Amino acid sequence: MRRIISVLLENEPGALSRVVGLFSQRNYNIETLTVAPTEDETLSRLTVTTTGSDKVIEQITKQLNKLIEVVKLVDLTEGSHIERELMLVKLKATGSQRAEIKRTVDIFRGQIVDVTSSVYTVQLAGDSEKLDGFIQAVGTSGILEVVRTGVSGIARGEKVLSL
Amino acid sequence: MELLSGADMLIRSLQDEGIEYIYGYPGGAALHIYDALFRQDKVKHILVRHEQAAVHMADGYARATGKPGTVLVTSGPGATNTITGIATAFMDSIPMVVLCGQVASTLIGEDAFQETDMMGVSRPVVKHNLSVRHPEEIPEVIRKAYYIAATGRPGPVVVDIPKDMTTPNERYEYSYPKKVKLRSYNPAVRGHAGQIKKAVDMLMAAKRPMIYAGGGVILGKASSQLTELTKTLGFPITNTLMGIGCYPATDKQHLGWLGMHGTYEANMAMHHSDLILCVGARFDDRVTNATEKFCPGARIIHIDIDPASISKTIDADVPIVGPVDAVLKEMLSLVKESKDKPDADALAAWWKQIEEWRAFHGMRYETSPDVIKPQEVVEMLWKLTNGDAFVTSDVGQHQMFAAQYYKFDKPNRWINSGGLGTMGFGLPAAMGIKLTHPDDEVLCFTGEGSIQMNIQELSTCKQYNLPVKIINLNNQALGMVKQWQDMNYESRHAESYMESLPDFIKLAEAYGHVGVRIERKEDLEPKLKEVLAMKDKLVFVDIYVDRFEHVYPMQVARGSMKDMWLSKTERV
Repeated sequence: MRRIISVLLENEPGALSRVVGLFSQRNYNIETLTVAPTEDETLSRLTVTTTGSDKVIEQITKQLNKLIEVVKLVDLTEGSHIERELMLVKLKATGSQRAEIKRTVDIFRGQIVDVTSSVYTVQLAGDSEKLDGFIQAVGTSGILEVVRTGVSGIARGEKVLSL
Repeated sequence: MELLSGADMLIRSLQDEGIEYIYGYPGGAALHIYDALFRQDKVKHILVRHEQAAVHMADGYARATGKPGTVLVTSGPGATNTITGIATAFMDSIPMVVLCGQVASTLIGEDAFQETDMMGVSRPVVKHNLSVRHPEEIPEVIRKAYYIAATGRPGPVVVDIPKDMTTPNERYEYSYPKKVKLRSYNPAVRGHAGQIKKAVDMLMAAKRPMIYAGGGVILGKASSQLTELTKTLGFPITNTLMGIGCYPATDKQHLGWLGMHGTYEANMAMHHSDLILCVGARFDDRVTNATEKFCPGARIIHIDIDPASISKTIDADVPIVGPVDAVLKEMLSLVKESKDKPDADALAAWWKQIEEWRAFHGMRYETSPDVIKPQEVVEMLWKLTNGDAFVTSDVGQHQMFAAQYYKFDKPNRWINSGGLGTMGFGLPAAMGIKLTHPDDEVLCFTGEGSIQMNIQELSTCKQYNLPVKIINLNNQALGMVKQWQDMNYESRHAESYMESLPDFIKLAEAYGHVGVRIERKEDLEPKLKEVLAMKDKLVFVDIYVDRFEHVYPMQVARGSMKDMWLSKTERV
């Protein structure tokens, strides 16, 4: 099953490599990984999406918790949560394609953030399925380049992951 | 406040931490530190001949005393040579701090002479590693390193020290922190009371209980609590290879150790039990055999300081995260207060069954009138040392024979590389013990394969006068490899035979020690007595043993606990 694990990590050199190293050492999957400092500059927030059986996920959370620099973590998929990913796509846009792409971007609530006579650059945010849906809708033949940030997530409601 | 250079702060921190010995080897990036060591006499440095041995020495010291060991090496090859030792300590959860020199911070990343990314190289085999970024941090980094190494589930901690952090003429205010607080590291200090109560209720209701104890009992200094609980309950107990000595081996409730080369009665009792109380062990593959066939009728209580050890391979019905001594103490008081008592009739029937298994006597070997059996060497040394020696071993058949036939009644006396299985561990580990236990007998069981992996340390033994007794069970082959080839590869002995063995007697003499060769069975006892009488001499005892002996019992691969070979021809 796909899981989103959100981690508060000491913002120190080498901390990220420990997390990434743990996944490869113990043969766990990383599908996406995002990391950036939080409002508290001593902490980074890391979101990792992974897949595995319940037993594997339990080991992943336990092993992550064992890392000295991991302060706290939560498996967001255990409760209701919001997940978002940002994508930038560079598309061939000439002739009649220009209007068609513009319509598709509007339907997906994206924005065209850069324009040349033959290229549109589109920005799109949403859950990963929505981004996949956009790529399908415009068709891979017109795509020049795709860059995705990977998933960030947060729990719904009052629940917070903080110290 | 005193002004000290980084190097002096480092050494002063070690003094303030109460460190008696460090084991190491100097080199460019560590020279400021070595100079600071030279200018004091509280911390004694032991110069090894290879950095791997320094780590094993620190490890032997830590296992025998329960205190963290300390290693000091230079950058690059000095640091990478410690990796096998660090991995050994990591697998067996041994507390240790390894101080590594590093090239100056201004050179890091430039492929400087003797530069290695030790933080990266060591990361998968350490509990944690720390790098010094400013000389002023040194006291705090050192305090943190020992705190992390020795608390919770212990383990090795590497400290990477760039050379410019120890520059002699740059001085800073020194004060050693009394306490260290890490918001992200809080090992459990006691077990969950509700879970402990649940566990005690299950113990009282069990019909065929087994206690399965591991190295965590020794690391957690909980042998007396375990022994008292086991006696109070009247339950049978077994332990892992790492747990040897956590409960007296000569006591009648002890069934010997379990797993791949465990006793027939311990493996049978595990397989047929209805409740397993696992204390500080981790259900590793050398214990469980095929996990899907593991103890089908047993419910499992698992006590461990490390939550990640629980339900990793075998699911626990009642997990208890906490230090084993505190949890066992709480269990014991609940057991004593409880109105319920263990089911006496069921327990009597269970013991009757176990005694039948015991009478079947799975642990046996055939003696021969003219060939020396490795097992009888171990048994004889057990008797001659009154079962009271510190015994280290290398890895292979001799390790299993030593563990099977030397009966340990005390913890911290059986010292071996259980998890990683590191050949070359035995001699340096023995040295680390002898250094701090000069009046105790220290035996190193080894084979002609293993001993050659760190034989250069005979020179260190001469320098520091470390009269350990090296018992080389010489079968002229890599015995365990050969055994597997006999059993699984139709006796095709690929590379398991060593030609051109050195004359170990002359070799020992060349290093300034005594060598004794024993080839004839009738010489075994008198010569071993002579060896043990040479109290102040390192004696290398080269004993020619049966070349064809196998270690039994041996669990059948991918079977259950109860599937074993008891000899070359008997399978149960």
